[in-house]
Amino acid sequence: MSLSAVIGLQLGTLTLDVDLEVRAGEVLALLGPNGAGKSTTLRCLAGLAPVDTGRIVVDDVVLDDPSADVFVEPEHRSVGVVFQSYLLFERMTVLENVAYGLRARRVPKAEARRRAGDWLERVGLGGYADQRAGALSGGQAQRAALARALATDPRVLLLDEPLAALDAGTRGTVRRDLRGHLETFDGMCVMVTHDPVDAYALADRVAILDGGRVVQVGTLAEVTAHPRSRYVADLVGVNLVSGTVADGVLTTPSGARVVIADAPPGPSFAVIRPHSIALVREVVATSARNTWPGTIAGVDRLGDRVRVTVDGALPLVAEITVAALDALGLRPGDEVHASVKATDIEVYAA
Amino acid sequence: MRLPLPVLVLASIAVLFFALPLAGLVWRAPWSHAWEYLTDDATVTALRLSLICSLWATVLSVVFGVPLAWVLARVEFRGRSVVRALCTLSMVLPPVVGGVALFFALGRRGIVGQYLDQWFGIRLPFSTAGVVVAQTFVAMPFLVITVEAALRQLDLRFDDASRTLGASRWYTFRRVTLPAIRPALAAGAVLAWARALGEFGATITFAGNFPGTTQTLPLQVYLSLETNPEQAIVLALLLIAISFAVLVGLRDRWFGRGVSPGEVA
Amino acid sequence: MLLRCIVVGGAALVLTMSVSSCGSDSPPPSAAGGVTGTIVVFAASSLTDSFTEIGAAFEATHPGTSVSFNFAGSGDLATQIIQGAPADVFASAAESSMTTLVDAGQNAGAPVVIARNTFEIIVEPGNPTAIVSVADLARPDLVVVLCAESVPCGAGAAAVLAKAGVAVTPKSYEEKAKGVVTKVTAGEADAGIVFVTDVRAAGTSATGVEIPTDVNVISRYPIVVTNEAPNPVAARAFTDFVAGLQGQAVLASYGFLAP
Repeated sequence: MSLSAVIGLQLGTLTLDVDLEVRAGEVLALLGPNGAGKSTTLRCLAGLAPVDTGRIVVDDVVLDDPSADVFVEPEHRSVGVVFQSYLLFERMTVLENVAYGLRARRVPKAEARRRAGDWLERVGLGGYADQRAGALSGGQAQRAALARALATDPRVLLLDEPLAALDAGTRGTVRRDLRGHLETFDGMCVMVTHDPVDAYALADRVAILDGGRVVQVGTLAEVTAHPRSRYVADLVGVNLVSGTVADGVLTTPSGARVVIADAPPGPSFAVIRPHSIALVREVVATSARNTWPGTIAGVDRLGDRVRVTVDGALPLVAEITVAALDALGLRPGDEVHASVKATDIEVYAA
Repeated sequence: MRLPLPVLVLASIAVLFFALPLAGLVWRAPWSHAWEYLTDDATVTALRLSLICSLWATVLSVVFGVPLAWVLARVEFRGRSVVRALCTLSMVLPPVVGGVALFFALGRRGIVGQYLDQWFGIRLPFSTAGVVVAQTFVAMPFLVITVEAALRQLDLRFDDASRTLGASRWYTFRRVTLPAIRPALAAGAVLAWARALGEFGATITFAGNFPGTTQTLPLQVYLSLETNPEQAIVLALLLIAISFAVLVGLRDRWFGRGVSPGEVA
Repeated sequence: MLLRCIVVGGAALVLTMSVSSCGSDSPPPSAAGGVTGTIVVFAASSLTDSFTEIGAAFEATHPGTSVSFNFAGSGDLATQIIQGAPADVFASAAESSMTTLVDAGQNAGAPVVIARNTFEIIVEPGNPTAIVSVADLARPDLVVVLCAESVPCGAGAAAVLAKAGVAVTPKSYEEKAKGVVTKVTAGEADAGIVFVTDVRAAGTSATGVEIPTDVNVISRYPIVVTNEAPNPVAARAFTDFVAGLQGQAVLASYGFLAP
């Protein structure tokens, strides 16, 4: 029982090239920057957009395979979707909304309403059955949308930014409730989010989608331990440099050289933590093997620490104390050198 | 809301523009003879024929017009704007021209008409069915345009939501789309009906004029203008009264604001 | 604020008035004795082709004049003139419509008959249904159309049928002769009764079957200058022209009988 999706799709300027596997009972979070193709991936899984190349299989049933001329319409897939804006039918009552999927599948009215009522109780909206769906608050609407999607017992649950439309106060409660429901859901769940906290709280595994491609898959811990994309690096708050390692030096495509401790040759990533970068006005001989010239682009204070963005052949973000900043009198536009010890740089294969 | 004076002045002129001809008719109407004209056999027959034919024309306009509007609004295909122009052509054609065109298409020697005659013995000209055809020809575009505009304004994401819940296209149309376009559909149907009721040129050209079969009320009005203008005035007022009653009666309930499925009305 | 209201209201009033005055564009009265300016002629539809030619001839004979026509059903035209339509001349296809006008006092002087017309059966070219007499029109297999009795062509047709003692149930009562002609020439109807001039005007698209004089009806075409003619001098010149040699020659060429 699983979902396997290989999606190749050209949509405007986005080229989607995705390969995913989700097991029954598992929640996979699709994390990534805007425009990466996360929602488009969901649409393909739901059947709202056919793929150009690839194959989508759920529980050994092929849902989409252009090479075999197979495409199953959304209404014939066992899929439940919770949309970012919920898309509740606001003129119908909450109960009618939740029962909609059942009625559409020819379940007799009385039974559909009973099952819908059960679901409303489960999500804690028991007393709102006869209210117009348009009158619900954000948190209530989210729960109603979830009940509506789950009422048809789908094999695949797709959540598109389920908590994005909620205010900070509601988000925590709803997240907790959602986790409870996901734990009891025995199908495959794919969740799109841009908030790593959601991914952390709700997902078993995470797939990082960037520029239409899956650049990393694994648990959140695995992914953040070894970032392989600018997006994750920014998430974690480290500098990520990519290039080719040869003879103890990693050379970036722009020609910058990073001297590192031993590492196998080949394409690699190097992680430089901001707090291990020292900023100097004049180059002096130290045991740090790396010194790169640059210009200060920005200074951000965070309590008693400062994040300094340095532009140059190797753009970096360094973290120093406020005292250090004042002592050196560093201001945006100043010429500085960034210095890092080779032993402070973590390198792993790309 | 305070009404700006220029707006009031222009709007008042517009109202007068429509009210004066009606006032003229009422002023000149021969009220002493009105009842005998209204209960005249020919009048009653013409009225009944007008109502039946215009209702049929409205039904046909809805049955064929809504799917057409749906296709024009939702399906992208080459030449769509040409098709749209074609289907609404009769709105700008002089009705007599429309009648002549119908002639050459569906008449006894028409492109399709000749086969209707030869194979099925169906002769549309000079028949009540011909009246319905002529009226539908001029009335349907009003419905198509109104409904297409409403469909275009709908948020298609609700259709997506409906389909992911397992609803077929027809179920989605029935429970999501149709309720959302109901005001536009009603308005379009009333417009089409009113146009069909008042139709003259295409009817007399294509279907002809024979009491009981094809003589609708507008035709009777026009003909009595020749010999008995007083009767014409009374009949004209009758037509106006009927249209008035329908438009006023249906005003609020059905013409309400158009709302998409996701809007809080 | 008040000033703006007055300006807008005044502008609207002026606009309305200037538009309404557009409708009654009267030419300057002609110099005494001179035939010049525009004349508006309201004439029955069956006079369309002949009168258009007469109009052109009149303009050529009297340079500086301009004749414009309004062709419609005689009854309609009479009603319009009585209601105040700006016509100089009225030419009717039936004496009944002229009587209506005279009774309303809208004539200047006595009407003069300028032509006569008789009726003919119109059929498709070559007479495929082999109609030879009025009695044939009663054949059940024929699709016959007539003019409505309220128009001159229809009143005449009804009189012909009455004289011939034939009862015909037509498929349609057209509101003008051209309607009957169109239906027959397009093949929609097998036969109809219209004026001889209408059949002539249809040319090769139709054939006429003569109606014998003993059952035929004669329609008289009177013409008159209207009471409120904007250009009475030129109007009188026009009616004289129509009744004179040139006008009569044109009418005869279209199939009209002499008055």
